[in-house]
Amino acid sequence: MTIGVKKVARPPEMSFGESLYLLEILKGLAVTMGHFLHNVAHNKDIPTIEYPEVRRVMPSRFRGCHRLMKRQNGAPRCVACYMCATACPAVCITIVAGESPDPKVEKYPVRFDIDMLRCVFCGQCVEACPVDAIRMDTGWFTPPEDTREKLIYTIDRLLEK
Amino acid sequence: MTPLFDITVSVARIAVFFAFVFGLVVIMTWVERKGAAYIQDRRGPNRARILGLTLGGIFHPLADALKFLFKEDFIPDNAHRLFYQLAPMFALAPAIMTMAVVPFGPPVAFGGKQIALQIADLNVGILYLFAVSGMTVYGVVLAGWSSNSKYPLLGGLRSSAQMISYEVSMGLSIVGILMVFRSVQLSEIARGQGELLFGILPKWGVFVQPLGFLLFLTALYAEANRTPFDLPEGESELVAGYHTEYASFKFSMFMMAEYIHLVVGSAVLATLFFGGWQFPYLGNTGFAFPGGISVAVPAWAVFLLRIGSFVAKTLFFCWLFVWVRWTVPRFRYDQVMRLGWKVMLPLALLNIFVTGLVLLLIDRGGM
Repeated sequence: MTIGVKKVARPPEMSFGESLYLLEILKGLAVTMGHFLHNVAHNKDIPTIEYPEVRRVMPSRFRGCHRLMKRQNGAPRCVACYMCATACPAVCITIVAGESPDPKVEKYPVRFDIDMLRCVFCGQCVEACPVDAIRMDTGWFTPPEDTREKLIYTIDRLLEK
Repeated sequence: MTPLFDITVSVARIAVFFAFVFGLVVIMTWVERKGAAYIQDRRGPNRARILGLTLGGIFHPLADALKFLFKEDFIPDNAHRLFYQLAPMFALAPAIMTMAVVPFGPPVAFGGKQIALQIADLNVGILYLFAVSGMTVYGVVLAGWSSNSKYPLLGGLRSSAQMISYEVSMGLSIVGILMVFRSVQLSEIARGQGELLFGILPKWGVFVQPLGFLLFLTALYAEANRTPFDLPEGESELVAGYHTEYASFKFSMFMMAEYIHLVVGSAVLATLFFGGWQFPYLGNTGFAFPGGISVAVPAWAVFLLRIGSFVAKTLFFCWLFVWVRWTVPRFRYDQVMRLGWKVMLPLALLNIFVTGLVLLLIDRGGM
């Protein structure tokens, strides 16, 4: 044991029955038939999730698609402070700020685009947000789209969720 | 009247058997996928639907066929154009032709004539079978070579070596059957298996030639390029083997050839070793069990039972092909060759010798 040499047991010699190969094949056939019959009889036990119809329930802290929160009057909670865009390591958030019509609020995002093709789902934007306006708690990952344009989520789409 | 009748009967027979084989091919592609899925604890194909019905994915072969039909018929730039296009035909045609000599049932009296339920009742049935099925190797080799690409070439070479090696043991493995039933005509062999062995067992090929059956089964798997002998298309090494460069309907012709091989192989196996259309203990008039019990069965029921027994046996062996494919891993190439030449061939020769010896002793013994 001085230099950690490990003795590996050699596989035992095959017995005559095993070297004939036929018996072993029959055993294998029995195993596969067992699986087949079990799955035919207990169709529901197959662990496959029928994806588009049935969805896996994600853990509560799963970082999924983003959503933007709303104020009580329906306006976006975001104050267009650019903290999330600054924190984003993938540079996927584009914000254009505008002056808010609400006198109590200084700025609001005219545009708030998240390029889901660039996003790495790190959650830094959520951490950075001072007003809890952006969350990643939709519990779902980005669904596929036909075009790249559809994967740049605009503010309307983010507010919907 | 008579020639017209004969022609009608021939065409009808060809149509029916063709439909049987192709129908079974379509079903087998589904069985293969679904069976594989269930054996591996998956669900398998279940999406294609017609009028909201999926019926366990039975419509997937239809979807596959449509897809193959509408795909671009692509020919690689450096392929040999003539041979590249000939190869799928060479693969498919012999596979279909082998079906011609398999008897589906006993001759039926119809319109004052005995009609054999067989496209061609050749007196050299077995030889024809081997001659034609030997030709399938051309399709594979041509496909491998004409694609002008390394993986198909390797697949084609492997396949030709394997098929030629196993053809030898395959041919020799059924010599025992020919000696026992004293005929090379498949309908004669099927009829001969209706007798009883020692008055108890049906005289099926598998009972008189168990070793021959094992050898034939193994060689059949090798000939049909099925797992554990599917090295020609070993996808982990050769992409898809000899049909790597094929697309659209040409690819599906190779696919069909493989499954027709499977179906016809199963039918031949049932005919040679499992009594063909013989139902155990069923005579022309009814069941006659050992021990003197007999049950009368009307003629039409006897006929249906016999056809049904043939179809059931064929279906079982088709399923066995699938079952074995998803159980046994692929051999290494040198193991395939060693098994073929060093194990199968001597055993086949031994089988012939022992069969001859036993037959001789029985003859001398006056049994």
